[in-house]
This record gives sequence, structure tokens and C-alpha cells, in this order.
Amino acid sequence: MSLSHLQRLEAESIHILREVVAEAEKPVMLYSIGKDSSVMLHLARKAFYPAVPPFPLLHVDTTWKFRDMYLMRERMAKESGMELIVYKNPEAVEKGINPFTHGSAVHTDVWKTQGLRQALDKYGFDAAFGGARRDEEKSRAKERVFSFRTAQHRWDPKNQRPELWRLYNARKRRGESIRIFPLSNWTELDIWQYLYLEKVPIVPLYYSALRPVVERDGALIMVDDERMPLRPGETPMMKKVRFRTLGCYPLTGAVESEAETLAEVIHEIAAARTSEREGRIIDHDAPSSMEAKKQEGYF
Amino acid sequence: MSATEPDKVTANQTGVRPGEAAADAGIRLRVAKSLLRFNTCGSVDDGKSTLIGRLLYDSKALFDDQLATLEADSKKVGTRQGEMDYALLLDGLSAEREQGITIDVSYRFFSTETRNFIVADTPGHEQYTRNMVTGASTADLSIILIDARKGILTQTRRHSVLVSLLGIRHVVLVVNKMDLVGYSQDVFAKIESEYRAFAAEHGMPDVRCIPISAVNGDNVITHSSAMPWYTGPTLMELLESVEIDETRVRDLPLRLPIQWVNRPDHTFRGFAGTMVGGKIHKGQAVRVEPSGNTSRVARIVTFDGDLDEAVAGQSITITLEDEIDISRGDVIVAADSPAEVSDQFEATLVWMDEAALLPGRSYLMKIGSKTVNATIAPLKYKLDMNTMQHLAAPKLDLNEIGVCNLELDREIPFDPYAVNRDTGGFILIDRISNDTVGAGMLHFALRRASNVHWQALDVNKAERATAKGQRPCVLWFTGLSGAGKSTIANLVEKKLHSLKRHTYLLDGDNVRHGLNKDLGFSEADRVENMRRIAEVAKLMVDAGLIVITSFISPFRNERAMARSLVADGEFIEIFVDTPMSVAEERDPKGLYGKARRGEVKNFTGIDSPYEPPENPELRLDTTAASPEHAAESVVAYLRERGLLA
Repeated sequence: MSLSHLQRLEAESIHILREVVAEAEKPVMLYSIGKDSSVMLHLARKAFYPAVPPFPLLHVDTTWKFRDMYLMRERMAKESGMELIVYKNPEAVEKGINPFTHGSAVHTDVWKTQGLRQALDKYGFDAAFGGARRDEEKSRAKERVFSFRTAQHRWDPKNQRPELWRLYNARKRRGESIRIFPLSNWTELDIWQYLYLEKVPIVPLYYSALRPVVERDGALIMVDDERMPLRPGETPMMKKVRFRTLGCYPLTGAVESEAETLAEVIHEIAAARTSEREGRIIDHDAPSSMEAKKQEGYF
Repeated sequence: MSATEPDKVTANQTGVRPGEAAADAGIRLRVAKSLLRFNTCGSVDDGKSTLIGRLLYDSKALFDDQLATLEADSKKVGTRQGEMDYALLLDGLSAEREQGITIDVSYRFFSTETRNFIVADTPGHEQYTRNMVTGASTADLSIILIDARKGILTQTRRHSVLVSLLGIRHVVLVVNKMDLVGYSQDVFAKIESEYRAFAAEHGMPDVRCIPISAVNGDNVITHSSAMPWYTGPTLMELLESVEIDETRVRDLPLRLPIQWVNRPDHTFRGFAGTMVGGKIHKGQAVRVEPSGNTSRVARIVTFDGDLDEAVAGQSITITLEDEIDISRGDVIVAADSPAEVSDQFEATLVWMDEAALLPGRSYLMKIGSKTVNATIAPLKYKLDMNTMQHLAAPKLDLNEIGVCNLELDREIPFDPYAVNRDTGGFILIDRISNDTVGAGMLHFALRRASNVHWQALDVNKAERATAKGQRPCVLWFTGLSGAGKSTIANLVEKKLHSLKRHTYLLDGDNVRHGLNKDLGFSEADRVENMRRIAEVAKLMVDAGLIVITSFISPFRNERAMARSLVADGEFIEIFVDTPMSVAEERDPKGLYGKARRGEVKNFTGIDSPYEPPENPELRLDTTAASPEHAAESVVAYLRERGLLA
């Protein structure tokens, strides 16, 4: 009887997490509260059990996440016993950057890309775990598990280190930092199945329920709080929806669904005909837009 | 992860819903699947990306929006006149899409009813050998793709030898574009017999050959009606049935390299690592290498409760019955089948860096969770990847493969790579750039190693230094020819001598008259020159002396190596910083003139590089201070650091 697919993926991720903690000076885990982050956090707790994972969680906040996500963030910080650092780009706070007046590109760049760079520099983290997966997007399919960034946080995709066997070279030049992706080889379906088998708590928005939404530019956007300006003719309607991925609520499209439990969600996803990134509005720019963002320092 | 039954997981406490049980059963079937990792080698034109695109497409791994993007891209940037261009699914980086080639390893995922697959799509060109090796290193199986019209080419042989060196046990020769040779059985039979002869010659254990047309889908998933003469499995049938390497590794002896010592408090001391061989169970007698200490497994601890047994492939934490010293890099092995321990090996090396491998140079070697210093002995040979001949070679360039001996600064436990990839595979890291510059596979330990054990002497370094009433160190002067190193070094020695210190000055020209008179000025000889000087300096520090060295020592790497030979704080790098123009003007030995006229080759600063120190302990600017002043500042520095009382 061989190890199952998920057992092998789990073991590989735990190996990566331990390797980084053994070799990096000051690691941190990027925690975005979504399902991938939930799996990554769960794996970290397993990797270092009975110790608490020896690094903090960092949430680069945009202030525009769903309310349920903030609740989950506080709950998981408490349950894991790990330190939680919440960073908000002060410039974005001051200028009140938001997706409505500044557009999704500026919003994402200032809050997330700039915010992340500032946070890493401020605390001097030299290694940051991220929950990205290779099946998400073409440029990610080519990224190494240990991905180096220059002191300016830029990624040079043409100059990646060879990465063989289970041997990861974590040595870096001065000023460089590393992004580590322990979930590189997981697919979306693996994530869902693992959440199910391991009973990992996730934000309830992933399950279908009646929620107030408006249809905007072909996407169903949830009206999560009173800050959302309605366009002429828009009235929130109650629809039974869930989310396949979670981000800033004005930039995250819902899907209509009857799946109220995790098992039903998985059942729907296994039969699904669209990829999860379709719900993410930031990807729908020019081709190679993710690669360009990554070169700029987007996670 | 535990194998326990999960409870009904409900989102909003609606209780068990109809359809829940069916969904649960579906998940259980899916998660019981195994995982096969394979890689694909072939050139741009053999249709490699098309084949993978076809596997993804036919196994329904593509979503509608991805298909829509693919259709739009095929029309816009496709190379198939608007027809579906599956290659566009894989060529992810914009540089690759523009050039229509695959530069880097790309990982793809798909699954069938019985298995999940991770495909590493690796580039075929010789200049991307290192990327191919990256993708192949974790594969259970390799697909070698060729064009039926072209047959077996030089690069087919190169790919085959590479996957064979990497120890991949299953190789599938996929003969593509059968539609373009009229699905001819003769064409296929000829290719197959030629390839089987080649594979037998190179000891490749399990070789299969399959005729396909990736564009039309013949023999990819379903049997081809155009080739009724082929009765073997389709490519997918083979992928679904081939043995996964991890199953074999489980029958090897126990190997558990320790990654991390887990000590949350004084009551718990666990050893965490990934099982890379065999099985481990509670109560098992184990041995720690290289120390040789023995104990028994007390617990196998996991987040979900203790386990009785764990197997190769799992990441675990164990505790032992006895308190013995174990740190990262040690390997826990079965007491009755320990690993061999040695510090000298023969190995195959794949070179992966723009800067050539120079024998004599020292690199960091990472094997398992341990990092040691390794010095490469002269190459036995390099492999001509086109003719498979063994060639004599002074160095290895990027993407070249050779065999050599290596010597480590300490003993490590290991297995031959052919037996266990994890305890026999290693990477080499350049200590200056920190890049991964090479990958290697251990063959065997050199027996003579056990005969040259370090002799522990009764009078030690501290006692010798005390007898001289001083603290030994190395003052390592570096700089261009004519910078003023020897002048300042001489003055420093005089000053120290007048302070009744025991010193010795090693000077570049003097050493080349005796100890190193067999060496010239090629890069390789310069590396060896430095290695010997660094070793002599180390012995002299051991003798309790203050050693002053005065050599151009142009390479950071060798200076770092010299530094690593002595204790922390004993190596003082002094950069005699004189601009090239000033040094050339001084030219005390007339060497710059000769070099400019081409009479002296490999002259530092002219046709050989000088790599200035990044963080010298001391920098002397000879354009601003006289030699006397410079020497005085060296002595002042030694006082400041407490090296001169």
C-alpha cells in the first residue's frame, strides 16, 4: 500500500517548512486568510508539533477584505498560539486608496505589492512563506519552490537556481530575500480535499448561502459593508452564492451554487468547468500580467 | 495525515443533507489515488508541449475559461495557423512565448480515475541541460519524445544518458508524428530496435517504445485504429500502471536525515525529518551517524496522535529512549543496517554554472540536511554527450558532465546514488555567489580515506601559542601586482618582530620558487597555488605563529576558503587598495609593460580578473598614506582587536 497523493504532498510541504526554519534567519508566514493560507498554516502546525511554529503570521491588510475574513484571522491566531502581525501601508491608509476611486490595479499595487515590500523591510524578514500553487497560472508553473528576490524585491524568472531532489539551497546574497511556496505542487482540488479530510476551519464564505450581491461587469459582487458605492440602477439582490477564492470583497466574484457543505463544494469543483482565478479581477489585464506583477514584487 | 474517518463537516450546521453521503464517497475514492511524477524530454519541434497539452486536454484537466484563452491565444500568437496550439498552455514566461521555445521547467498537473500526475516539462536544448536535470531529479518516469521522421538523434542519446545517470528507472521512448510517416510499422520497428540496442549498452533497466500522433491523439489515451499492428499499452495506460519509485525505497534500510531538533521546553526533545528510506517503528533499535551512538525509538509524534510505524516518504518527528546528542545533518539509521561513513568519494558531477568547475577549488556541498566543505580533485574524465566517449579535461563548463573524486572536511553517512537518491545525491554551492553551481551523484567511498585519519596530537595549538606568549592569526594581504603588498607586509613583520612576536612572512614570489614551482598562472593553477598557501598558513597558525601572506590572491572564492581553514577571528583580510593606473605606473618589476606587450599571459588586471574584497577587515589606501603609515595602521588594528597585548 503506497502513500496517497495527499500524504505525499503533505510530507513534501512539511519538509520544505522545516528546511526554511532551519536555514533562514528570520522567517515569516504570509497569511491571507484564504483556503490556501489555511492549509499552509495547518501544515506548519503539524511540521513543528508539539512546538508552536517558530515564526509569526503576517497579514498584509488592505482594509477591504470580507468581514468574515477578519473574524477568521483573529480566531486562527488565537488557536495556533502564533504571533499575528497586521500591516497596512500607511500611505494607502492616508490617501484612502480603494478599488472604486483608484481602480483595481492601483488598489492592489499600493496596498498589497507596496505594503508587502514595506512590511518585509520593516521587520527584516529574510524568508516569507506564501501559499501560491503552480497550477494557478502559467508563470507560477515555472517558479521554483525557493524563489529569490533582489533587495528591491524583484523576481528574475530567467535566472532561477536549479532545484534538485529534496535539496533546497537557502543561502542568499546580502539584501536578498526568499519567497517559499510549500504548496507549489498542490492543485485546487487537492486543497479542498485536504481541508475536508483534515477538518481545517475555513471562512464560511466558501459555502453557499443567501448573500446580498450586485451584478457588475459580468461578476457577482457581494455588498459586504456600507462602503460599497452602488451604481445607478444597482440594487443588491439576495442570491445563493459561494466563493472559490477570497480577496478584497469588491474585487472578488461569487458563483451561484447550492453547495452548503465542504463535501458538496468539492463535488461541484470536481465537475467544474471554470478555473478559480476567473473570479479574480486582477488577473484579467493583459496576457503575462501575473508575471509582470511578480517581477515588480507582487507575491 | 491521519487515516481516521472525518466527521460530517458542515458549513452552517444544517445537518446531514441529501447528496452529502454521495459526495463523501466520491471524495474518498479520489483521495485514495497514488501520485506519479514524470518528466518529458525532447526538442521544440518534436511536439513535446503538444503532447502534454493533449494529455491535459484529454484528461479534462483544462477548464472552460482556460480553453477560451487557449483558443484566443492560438489565433493571436499560435504557430498552427489558428488551430488549437496546445504548446501555448505550457510556455508560460513571455520570453518563451515570443521565441516559441521552452526555457525553463514547467510543472503541470492532471489526474485520471486511478492516479494523479505531476509533469515536469523540461527543455530539450543542450544549453538548458541544468533545467532538464532539475525536472528529472524528482521523476519516477521519463518520456523521451522523438519525431518519427527524424528517428534517434544525438540529443535523444543525450537525454537518455542524462535520465539514466539520474537513476530514473522507467524510460518511455515516444515516437511522435507517426501520421507524417503514414503510420508505418517499419519506420517504428527500425527506431525501436536501434533504441533498444542503445539502452542495453547504457544499462537502462526498463525501456518501452510507443508510436503516437500527439496532434491526432493516436495511442495517447486510446488505441489507434491507424496502427492496428501496435498491441502494447497506450501512453496513458502505461503512466497509470508503472511502479512508483517510493514503493521501492520503502524496502531499503531505514534512513532519516534530521532536519530540525524540536525543543519546545525541557520536557520534550524530538528529532524531525523526512523518511528517505525504509520504515521506522516504536521500539526499533537505531543508530545515529556519524557519531555511532545507539538508542531505541520511544515515540513517533504527530499532530494527530502518536504512530506505531512510519514509512519512506513521510515527514515525522521521533523521540528516543536515551538522551544522546543529535543535531541537524545527522542521519538516523537502522542499527542492523547502518549507512557507510566516509569523507572521500568518487562521484558524477553535472556542472550548472557559467563559471567553470575548477579542480582544487572548495565548494559547499549540501547532502540531505547537512552542509559540508568539499574540495574537488582533478577530473578523471568528462563525458562527451554526443559520442559518449570519456575525454580528459582540466575543468567542467556549464552543462558538462564529468567524474571525479571529492574530499570533504568531515565524515558523512551516505549510500550510493544508484541505491538511494536522497542519501547519495548532493548539490554544490559557490560560497561567494551562493548559487547552486553543480549537482552530483555519489558512487562509492574511496577506501584509502580510512588510512589517513587525522592524527590528534598531545600538544595543541593553544599550548603552542601560550609558549610563545601570543595569539596566532593570519594577516592576509590582497591586491593588484604593484599595489604595495610586499612593501607593507615587510614593514609589518619588522614592527611585530621588534615587539618580540613570532612571525613568518609568506611571499608570492618566494613560494613560487619552491613549494609551488610546478604551478603556472592559468586559473586552475592559481586556485591550486592559493590552496597550498592557505594550507601552509593554517599549519603555521596551528604552530602558534602570526602569519603574514602577501599574494595577489585575485579570487574571492579562494580567500573565503583560506578564511574557512582557521578559527573565527583569526583571519584578517587586508585589502591593499591601489587603483590599476597607479600600480601600473609604479610597475616595480616591469610586469605591466610585459603584459601590455603580450609577453606575460593571464596577468591580473589585464587579461585575468581581480575580485576586490567585499568586506575586508582592513582597507589600506596607498594613494593617501605612506607604506610606513599603512603598516602602523595594521599594528594599531591588531591592538584594537586584542591580538597584540
